[in-house]
Order: sequence, then structure tokens, then C-alpha cells
Amino acid sequence: MYSVRLWSVRHARELNAFYRGFEAVLVRLDGLFRAIGYERIDRPTAAVEKTVKGLLFDCRMCGQCVLSSTGMSCPMNCPKTLRNGPCGGVRADGNCEVKPNMKCVWVEAYRGSERIPGGVEAMSQVQFAVDQRLQGRSSWLRVTREKVTEKCGASAGAAKSAP
Amino acid sequence: MRRIGWRRQERTVKFEDEPVPGYPLPILPGHTSPGRFERVLRAGGFAVTTELAPPDSADPEEVYKRARVFDGYVDAINATDGSGANCHMSSLAVCALLTRVGYAPIMQIACRDKNRIAIQGDILGGAAMGVCNMLCLTGDGVQAGDHPQAKPVFDLDCVSLLDIARTLRDDHHFQSGRKISFAPRVFLGAAENPTGLPYAWRPQRLAKKVAAGAQFIQTQYCYDLPLLRGFMDHVEALGLFDKVYILVGVGPLRSAKTADWMRRNVPGMHVPDAIIERLSGAQDQAREGRNICIELIQSMREIRGVSGVHIMAYRQEESVAEIVDKSGILNGRPPWYPERDTTQYSHRTGS
Repeated sequence: MYSVRLWSVRHARELNAFYRGFEAVLVRLDGLFRAIGYERIDRPTAAVEKTVKGLLFDCRMCGQCVLSSTGMSCPMNCPKTLRNGPCGGVRADGNCEVKPNMKCVWVEAYRGSERIPGGVEAMSQVQFAVDQRLQGRSSWLRVTREKVTEKCGASAGAAKSAP
Repeated sequence: MRRIGWRRQERTVKFEDEPVPGYPLPILPGHTSPGRFERVLRAGGFAVTTELAPPDSADPEEVYKRARVFDGYVDAINATDGSGANCHMSSLAVCALLTRVGYAPIMQIACRDKNRIAIQGDILGGAAMGVCNMLCLTGDGVQAGDHPQAKPVFDLDCVSLLDIARTLRDDHHFQSGRKISFAPRVFLGAAENPTGLPYAWRPQRLAKKVAAGAQFIQTQYCYDLPLLRGFMDHVEALGLFDKVYILVGVGPLRSAKTADWMRRNVPGMHVPDAIIERLSGAQDQAREGRNICIELIQSMREIRGVSGVHIMAYRQEESVAEIVDKSGILNGRPPWYPERDTTQYSHRTGS
């Protein structure tokens, strides 16, 4: 919902802090996830993710969430699905070139990023091309697996990154 | 790294190793392309580029006719890729025609109409046809053009496109990791809008493009000098003058009415009220528009870090010669064009 989406950007700092805590819990549950099987729980987790993030951010389930680097403004709501900043067509009132009644996703992202500690630096990191195969899959689980792999280094051979 | 851009030398750039038109120049040390555009910039010249509107036609002569208008006045010609989301001859084809006779085209690549498979193929194809410069763009939304019923692709955005193009050139592989046997030797560019929101973040967006592979920048139309100066100061503070050549976008406004229409309808275009007032007060508005453009170019030339101008004169392409001549930016340096070295310049009267 558009108004909730704008609310989320206004509360980017709190939402980011909450997500950091939530992520830590997910990482701790890695053993359980692995016991059940990441593949098996992907679909139900994605359904929950879609509901929660859909409500808060109008999430499009790209499967490669970058909300923490975009001030809690989902870049996939940009009609051009830009993931690296606004296009040159932002209107003088800060609205979208394609959808004149919508605030530019990236003008919002900049506002949100200013609220998150280190947010503007995060927004300045280059985001590489999206992997379209991850569409509809759980971003939470993918990040969990990545974090665990990172933590365990090369020894965590079992925790392969999402296909 | 060597300071570039603001410390420029004016001199005639005639290369001793001029090849047969259509053949690549030798690649100089530190250069990434065999093209003359990169050479002019790296030699410290104040570069002039312009835009060729591709024809709605399959006749190659129409392309040559449109290019000849700029003979002797520009260093490189941008071939637009469905600009304004309107359908025209493809930029790859326009570039291939232009390189045949030796012009230095800048192939614009927009992400709107093609996915990464098609785009990477075009980069290889363009380079194989002698295209040395490529400008990576996101592209206007389909709603702006003559086919609003079309499906927008946007598989990539301009930054991920730059990253992919640079990977092809420097790492010799596709995004998939599959190797290529001969890398495209290209000079990579991107666009920027110094007068677009959010102002404070625009320079960092430019930094992002440089990090992803941009070597030159062509900006959107700039009619607001204070805003441009602020932008350039910020870009300098980020240490980018050493890494990228910035060409500022300018263009003649035909009348106050057109200017007002453009700022309301062309995405990202910002024209200050003072310019509109000046135009509406003039007897010959088109002439005043050209005068404003000339004055802007002369002021821009004095801004640190500006390495050239990109003159966009849609439907008044013939005015580019006069603007370049009267602004004196070439300082007597005639850019290359077919038969430049076999003809006298006495015919140059500034149209």
C-alpha cells in the first residue's frame, strides 16, 4: 500500500534496526533450517515474506532484497526497476517521470538512507544486475545462508548459496 | 593520477597515424579504444559532441546527410537509441554506417528495449563494426514515446550495464562468465543530470557510475549555471576529475513557448525562469536561443572539470555549426571529418 510504503521510509531507522535483529535470529536458526532443508522451507517462508514486505514496502519479491541500502524504499517499485539510483527524469516536485502521482522511489530512498546510520554510503555501493531466477524466492533465507557461509568461511561447504 | 580536464591545451589535433577512414587508430598507452574521441579528450582538447537523430527510414543516405551537417564542428556524434522511447533506425546500425566512412560515433545503449543477452551482443557487434565509444543509459519510459503499448524491458540499469560492458572489455567474459576471444575496445560513457533531484546525491551517483566503469559523462541539458557549478564542486571534492571527463549538455531553445513546453514535458529538463523571460522578451527568439546557448558554452568552458560540451539541437541541427563557431570553443581546431585533410577550410563561414 502506497501510504504504508511512505511510512516505512519515514521509519527507515527503526525498521533497519529491527531487521538487523531479525537477521541475527535467522542466522542462529541455520541448524534448524538445514535439518528441515532450505529448499523445503523456501516456499512457505517466501509466502510470509511476501505478505509482510508486501504490506510494508510493496515488495515485488525480486529475491535479492536491498532495502537496507535503499533507505527502506523498494527499488523494484521504480517503473524502470532501477537499483542504482534515480534516473535523470525525476520531476521538479520529486515525483516519478513515468507515474506522475507517485513520489520517485529514489528520492524517497535518499530520505530514508539519511535516517539509517551509514545509509547514504550503502546507497552509493554499486548493485550488480539482478538474477531473474531468484524472483519469488525468499530473500531472508538466501541472506541467512550467505551470512552463515561468510561466518564459517570455506569450511562451511554444506551451506551453498541459493541456486 | 594525472590531472585532466580543467588543465587543457588548445592545439590542432591531427594524428600522424591517421588511418584510412573506417579503420581503427592505433591504441595509445593508457587508452582503451582505438578512437579519436578518446584521443581528443586525453590530449586535453575541449571536446564537442552532438546528437544525430536517427531517421525513420531504411535509407543509409539519410544517415550520412544528417551527419554531414556537423562536418568539421564536432569530435563525435551520438547515435540515439530510441530516444524519448520513439521508434527510429537502431543506434547500432547508424553507428555501423558512420564508421564505414570514418566518423567517430558514440553508440547509445538504452536498457529499455533489450535484455542483457541482446545488449552484450550489440556491444560486441558495435565494436566489430568499428564503434569506439558507447554511452550506457537507462532510457526513457515507454509512456513517453510513440509506442506506449510496448513492454518495457529494463533487465539492467545504466550502472549494471556499465559494469557488464567493462567486464566484457577488461575481463574478456560475458556476465555469465563465458569467455570471449577478442574484447571490445571501447571508451565507456554514462549520462548524468546535474539539475535533477535529489541534488545532494547526484554527484555520488556519478561516482557510482565511474566505479562501475564510466570514463566520460555527457549530461542532460544544463541551463542553470549556479546549480552546475555546485555540482562540479561536489564532483571535484569526490576526487572524480582525475577519473572521468565531463561534457556538459547544452542546446539552443527555439522560443519561450518551446522552452516552457520542454521543461514541463521533457523528463528531467530544468529551465530557469530567467531564461524563459529573456527569450520571450527577444524580437527573434530563435536567434536569442542560440545566443543563450553560445553564452552558456563560454561560461561552462571556464568551469573547472568541464572537458567539453554535448550540443543537442533536435530539429535544428544546422545551428550546431554556428554555435560552435561563434562560441570559439574549437579555437581553430577543425575536428576530423571525411575529406578533412584534402579540403581547404576557406568554405567555413559558419552557416
